Amino acid sequence: MTILPRLLFGDNQFFGVNHMSEERARAQAMRFSTTRSMIEVLEAAYDEGIKAFMCTTHERIGEICHHVRDHPRQYPDFQFYPCMPYGVKYANAVTDDGIIGALKRFLPQEGAFGALVKGGLAVATRDVQGIGELLIDAEMKMFQGLNTPVIFLQNLVTDLLLGLGMHEALRIFAEHVRRRYHAEPGYITMNLPRLLDALETLGLENPIVCASINKAGFRMCGGIAAYEKAIATRRFQPIAMSVMASGAIAPREALEYVCAQPNIGSIVFGASSRANIRDTRQLVEDLGRPRVQREEAVPA
Amino acid sequence: MTIRVAVVGLGKMGLSHLAIINTHPDVRLVAVCDSASYVTDVLSRYTGLKAYTDYRRLLEEVHPDAVLVATPPGTHAAIAQAALERNIHVYCEKPLCTDPAESRRLARLAQAKGLVNQVGYHYRFVAAFQEAKRLLDAGVLGPIHHFRAEAYGPVVVRPSSATWRTSRAAGGGCLYDYACHAIDMVHYLVGRPEGVAGTVLNRMFSQEAEDGVYATLLYGGGKTGQLAANWSDDSFRKMALKVTVWGANGRIYADRQEVQLYLRKSVPEARGLVPGWNVRYTTALTPPVWFYLRGEEYSAQIDHFIQCVKRGKPDTLCTFRAGAEVDEVAAMLVNNAQGAPLSAPLPSREPVPLSSTL
Repeated sequence: MTILPRLLFGDNQFFGVNHMSEERARAQAMRFSTTRSMIEVLEAAYDEGIKAFMCTTHERIGEICHHVRDHPRQYPDFQFYPCMPYGVKYANAVTDDGIIGALKRFLPQEGAFGALVKGGLAVATRDVQGIGELLIDAEMKMFQGLNTPVIFLQNLVTDLLLGLGMHEALRIFAEHVRRRYHAEPGYITMNLPRLLDALETLGLENPIVCASINKAGFRMCGGIAAYEKAIATRRFQPIAMSVMASGAIAPREALEYVCAQPNIGSIVFGASSRANIRDTRQLVEDLGRPRVQREEAVPA
Repeated sequence: MTIRVAVVGLGKMGLSHLAIINTHPDVRLVAVCDSASYVTDVLSRYTGLKAYTDYRRLLEEVHPDAVLVATPPGTHAAIAQAALERNIHVYCEKPLCTDPAESRRLARLAQAKGLVNQVGYHYRFVAAFQEAKRLLDAGVLGPIHHFRAEAYGPVVVRPSSATWRTSRAAGGGCLYDYACHAIDMVHYLVGRPEGVAGTVLNRMFSQEAEDGVYATLLYGGGKTGQLAANWSDDSFRKMALKVTVWGANGRIYADRQEVQLYLRKSVPEARGLVPGWNVRYTTALTPPVWFYLRGEEYSAQIDHFIQCVKRGKPDTLCTFRAGAEVDEVAAMLVNNAQGAPLSAPLPSREPVPLSSTL
């Protein structure tokens, strides 16, 4: 089993994602207009002992991958936790070209299966598994040769499949990620209790699930009480995100809440400066490890 | 009471609606329809859903209580009419129709039959805009003299192949895709204009539609507004709708994330507001939803439609009538851009009062 770190570093700040303020989002996007500026913050996190980078498959992450690959001695323990797909490009492609057109745009055209795609045969035979695997491979290309212990399905896709009832696709993702990349599958969701039910039905045991977990109940579908119950009683490896609800909750108060919950072994957070990274690390250290209510579910 | 729902059109919006409606506790999804059999085949194989490629057959054979229509705009009129004629409640994506006469006809038909009708202007369900509406309705700004409604985002940022989305005739283009959201928000917050002037429909990349829409909206009593929409602005990560309204007592700004209110002096109409800046964030304003896919507002608008169907309440928060009003202003803008110096509604137009729920 992959041992999840206590803290993971997220990438929302790099791409101007802020759920509370457009101005703040834009200021962050400006602050990180160069790859160098992102790398400097990642290095600060690395120096603070936060070596796991949970990132989208945005094309600019590809530049960070290049840098880490080119400097193996500088970051010997750097870990990427890719979250795929970067949804915006797929959404636009589907609207422009329809689902089949979009698939053709993103799927590789070379190789035996590529030829089938090109000829429309894979699409015509409704080979969801083959197409899904090729899409995963296309997204993973930028991480070649890098350490990717956990690979996540973004919430847009996880929750779309969950809503549609296409649970089988969640299993296809897990199996391919394990087989091809020797990585653990992870799922990001805004609908934690419902997703846990689906994963349990699929027989995916002790899954890694990243969900919004915060004192404000922000983006916690099913309600804060249902989340707290799931966290306390269900067997899975939670990673808390949106712990500060995009800044709606002050850092100490936010982390006190999350660290007071049992079983939450990992927290993903974003920051734009070394001082903020250090403060968060220090706060989490001071608050201590979570109370373990179900030993088998929490990483060592 | 369980509502039997079908979804017609499985592109980006249709799949999104399908995932949301499928999880709704009061709904049983009974069938889907898309002209692309690939999508329907995969869905029915993995979910057991009954799938059609012909919406008329679906309506005849399944006869759902309600239908969600998310096909390209050019096909809305025929599908919505077929459903209404069979006494089926209709939720339809925006714009309702590209021809306002068709939109009005649908609005009349839905009203005559007492059927629930809703158009997918989801920004009406964004908590920050609802808060702006509440404050404006309470009169905190006093008389309004000007507003600016803007919509920017990265849809067409390079010359691309021709699809329905880049053809105005098929219901694509920045006017129908982006500007209509801004127009509807203007109607929701400050009411519909009496005329439009100085309309520019700009092209940057698209061959058969505009990439930018700029106009002045005119009201009686000297109130004016400016409209700016540009779907070729990739400095925005995704579509951003923002509205600023100036009144005698200050100004209000709203976008999806926050409401910023500047008051010259405190007002008895709204307690708790101070002179100067008052800021509220969507994180605090947004009520929870039962299922989240891509924004609470998408779930909230579907739930609103279902609750209206359950209660037999045809007046939704965004009726076909409201949709027709947006289509009328869109037509006025096209007319004005094509040379009419000042475009007012056509004289033959029948009066369309604002819905009582607006």
